[in-house]
Amino acid sequence: MQEVITEDALELSRNWTLPDRGKVGILFLIITESALFTIFVVAYLVYIGKSLSGPQPKDVLELPILSSICLLSSSATIVFAERALHKGALAMFKLWWAVTILLGLEFLVSTGVEWYNLIYKDGLTISTNLFGTTYYSLVGLHASHVIVGMGFLLLVMAVSLAGFPIQTQMRRVMFLSWYWHFVDAIWVIVFTVVYIIGR
Amino acid sequence: MATIDYPIHQKIENEEFSFSETFYKWVATVDHKRLGLMYIVTALVFLVVAGIMAAVIRLQLAFPNGQVVDPDTYNRLFTMHGTTMVFLVGMPMVAGFSNYLVPLMIGARDMAFPRLNSFGFWIFLFGGCLLYFSYIGGNGLNGAGSAPDVGWFAYSPLTAKAFSRGASTDYWILGILVAGIGSIASALNVIVTCISMRCPGMTMSKMPMFVWVMLIDSWLIVIALPPLSAAQIMLLVDRFLGGTFFNTQAGGSAVLWQHFFWIFGHPEVYILIFPAFAILSEIIPVFSRKPIFGKPAMVGAVVAIGFISLGVWAHHMFAVGMSSWSNTFFTASTMLVGIPTGIKIFNWTATMYGGKLRFDTPMLFCIAFLLQFLVAGLTGIMLSVAPFDWQLHDSYFVVGHFHFTLVAGLLFGIFAGLYYWFPKATGRMMNEKLGKLHFWLFVLGVNVTFIPMHFLGFLGMPRRIYTYAPNRGWEGLNLVTSIGVAIQAVAIAIFVYNVLHSALKGVRAGDDPWDAWTLEWATSSPPPEYNFEKVPVVRSGRPLWDLKHPDDPDWRFE
Amino acid sequence: MLGTAVVALLQAQVAALPEHRIADIMKPLASPAEAEKNIALFSFAITGVIFVVVAGLIFFTLWKFRRKHDEDEFREPAQVYGSNQIEVAWTIIPVLIVFILIGVTARVIAGVENASPPKNVTKITIIGHQWWWEVKYPDYDIVTANEIHVPSLPDGKAASYLKLESADVIHSFWLPQLSGKTDLIPNRDNFMWINPKEPGVYFGNCAEYCGTQHANMLLRVIAQTPDDFKKWASEQQQNAASAAAMTPERAEFEALSCVNCHAIKGTVAVGKFGPDLTHLMSRQTLGAGVIDNTPANLKIWVNNPQDPKPGCFMPSLKLTDSELTQVVDYLGSLK
Repeated sequence: MQEVITEDALELSRNWTLPDRGKVGILFLIITESALFTIFVVAYLVYIGKSLSGPQPKDVLELPILSSICLLSSSATIVFAERALHKGALAMFKLWWAVTILLGLEFLVSTGVEWYNLIYKDGLTISTNLFGTTYYSLVGLHASHVIVGMGFLLLVMAVSLAGFPIQTQMRRVMFLSWYWHFVDAIWVIVFTVVYIIGR
Repeated sequence: MATIDYPIHQKIENEEFSFSETFYKWVATVDHKRLGLMYIVTALVFLVVAGIMAAVIRLQLAFPNGQVVDPDTYNRLFTMHGTTMVFLVGMPMVAGFSNYLVPLMIGARDMAFPRLNSFGFWIFLFGGCLLYFSYIGGNGLNGAGSAPDVGWFAYSPLTAKAFSRGASTDYWILGILVAGIGSIASALNVIVTCISMRCPGMTMSKMPMFVWVMLIDSWLIVIALPPLSAAQIMLLVDRFLGGTFFNTQAGGSAVLWQHFFWIFGHPEVYILIFPAFAILSEIIPVFSRKPIFGKPAMVGAVVAIGFISLGVWAHHMFAVGMSSWSNTFFTASTMLVGIPTGIKIFNWTATMYGGKLRFDTPMLFCIAFLLQFLVAGLTGIMLSVAPFDWQLHDSYFVVGHFHFTLVAGLLFGIFAGLYYWFPKATGRMMNEKLGKLHFWLFVLGVNVTFIPMHFLGFLGMPRRIYTYAPNRGWEGLNLVTSIGVAIQAVAIAIFVYNVLHSALKGVRAGDDPWDAWTLEWATSSPPPEYNFEKVPVVRSGRPLWDLKHPDDPDWRFE
Repeated sequence: MLGTAVVALLQAQVAALPEHRIADIMKPLASPAEAEKNIALFSFAITGVIFVVVAGLIFFTLWKFRRKHDEDEFREPAQVYGSNQIEVAWTIIPVLIVFILIGVTARVIAGVENASPPKNVTKITIIGHQWWWEVKYPDYDIVTANEIHVPSLPDGKAASYLKLESADVIHSFWLPQLSGKTDLIPNRDNFMWINPKEPGVYFGNCAEYCGTQHANMLLRVIAQTPDDFKKWASEQQQNAASAAAMTPERAEFEALSCVNCHAIKGTVAVGKFGPDLTHLMSRQTLGAGVIDNTPANLKIWVNNPQDPKPGCFMPSLKLTDSELTQVVDYLGSLK
């Protein structure tokens, strides 16, 4: 390009900062996933009280207080882990990261136990009635996102335990934590819709 | 016409052709230009395939009591025709054009996430192949199988296991679900690229119109495609796990699918048409020799269309028996979305007004788009009037309307874009005489095919019928419609020949054969892999105008 | 004897009714369709004017500003970036047009949807099946199929109120000259009414794709004078013409599996899966309109329904020639 690099053009290129690719990418991933969840939430709301037979929410659902506390606390612990990473306190980072994983694991196990009871004790499966279909789909969709998040959390745990210098990947750890916060925020909505509004 | 010499990029003459290297170059590429071309070529191949299906459909309907195909084959044909055209032609055209041009236009070296880009293409292709594999693998229970036959919008409960036995519907669901992941990936990439990869000096307002429109298109994809995926997952739950989402026996709602589908489906048609808007917004100024009239208003109009289009979906459901309040609301919102669209047509016309119009093939297609899309939009307004729609819904009037928007609209825009950027991508010009011949024949064919459909709707002919009885007043119009397809086919054949011949033997194009103003014309044709030798620095929305007219640059007036 | 004569008279009357095979929405013959035609013309007028004005501007622009081969050919024209006033003007005008259109449309929507039909209403329940229409008259205790008789008065004062249900997938009830369409959706009751203003046979189609034979799920509304309608109704209320006597043909029929799907009032046939056959010969067509109701066609249909309507759910029972003749004879007696 024939150009005379003018002074202000040079000035422009020196001060030219644009938003970070990864940040924008994760943000829009969250937006698109939110659109997906919205439809499942809408289906759940539309079908509240419409099941013709079978177990009803108030008969079989108990508030999952402990697992919710665990999952939501894991949002706090992941922040602690990040702060430790920023300060270079690798041992603390690994500790808080492990706590985050354990809290997430507790959530998944609790959900599994809840589902076991619903299926075998209460006779509620995904095909039983509208409640069963919408419940397992919505909670299951959320749980699958937790599992994916856990997968990445475990990956980070594994490589940092194996000696990989995780502090060089702070940006990516931050993106993962944003995803994790998103999954927790979705849980707040699912909890409200399923265990409060729907019961 | 500026010519840039890049000593680094000189073609090595008599380079030995290595099949494995060429194969690897294309299969493993993450270069946005190659991926863009792959998207476009794939879309054109599917266009021909679905076009052949349309030809068979029209052969069957040319005469009453047609015997060309049996009812099941016919039902599969119209399902696959529609599904292919929307998801395997329209969507890859969106991805292809935005992938190829956006980085070039914003002075970037590639998209924000090149590997995600590649992933998006291959998973789209996989989804398309999965859909077509149904022809071979879809045979399930009771010989029910083969390709899906539930219509491109697959209403429940027709798609329930009870009414669609076998695996054909599952191929529809999975093929599209998978391809949709590719669309979302591509759209995400475009958004991040526009926000994070612009060259110095290119503030958002200085991005070319094309980039703006594709950015908003990508926003729409990211928001509107997930509802389809969600509905498809729900349908899979119903079909495979005994779920009750759309099971009326269990108290479910058959209409819920329609809501979810059209919450996706209506924005989808805007997603499909936006590339044409984007292309027109680049070509019309260049061939009028004036900047786009009212760029802020044009951007605002596109944003408005994107936003309002999320709230019009139930105009596809006027016959379902919704309350008068609902019907009125959706009539109103649908009419409102016509306003920014009209404003765009006015602005394009105002761009031409006072200019010096050059009627090369790209411009001819743009002008035809203006007139035809005007008609299509107005028939859309007619359909938005719910009581009128109660007559016209699910009739051939609707078929005429949406083919006008997609063929006489989108496809005209796509052809304009292909003729315009072909020299940039290949370094050769397309043949102008053949281009004009393609244009006139295609305009003739399209109108002969799709205008009679509007009248067939008035005469009570419903959609999706594999045959009809004589003496309903439908024979003559159906015959004319079918003849139009033959004319279109000839036009397309001329186009395909032009593409292939010009790619191999066309006149060499320079960097800037059209004397245009956006950054893609500032690099060689075809561009080197790294796009720009030096990162461009811009001061206005038309950097090349500024360079060519240093006494009268845009940045003095913007 | 008298019964046969009455039936023959009725059939002759129906045959004499004018047929509206060409179902032009611009030739409405009932109130809903008329309201729809009026707003159609209104919106057509508005969009027509818009088209003429805008297309005219475009053509004018193309002609006036085409590049001329003069000495100025390669000089760039004035670079105009836009005009706020013009943008405002051509935003406001369409907004005004749209508001007018919305207002008019809202009134027609409410007018058609929320209107109560006239007092003299005949109630009909229509249940959509893959690929035929079950028709019930709850007040008359009549069950028939595919062809809907309704009373008609010149000023539209004789209305029929239709309850629309579906037994399987979504269908749509569309008789263009009588009314816009309304869908038949399982687990959802929809309602509409029609008031044909002229006696005649009105043609329509199922208008929502419902599977293989959607194309041959045809509709006929036979509008008659109120007296003729009452005569038809009372005929339909009778048991089957041959209910009293047990002929060999009837015995043959009742021994075959036809009775599992079809009902004939006054006999052991009480099947619900297929159309009621009690007065089969009072209908103009077979197979929901796919073929005319003639003795030859009846034989073709009973022998193998898959020939005229491939994919329909009535199987060929592979009857022998003698079984076939007897069944067709019996069915031919069901006036």
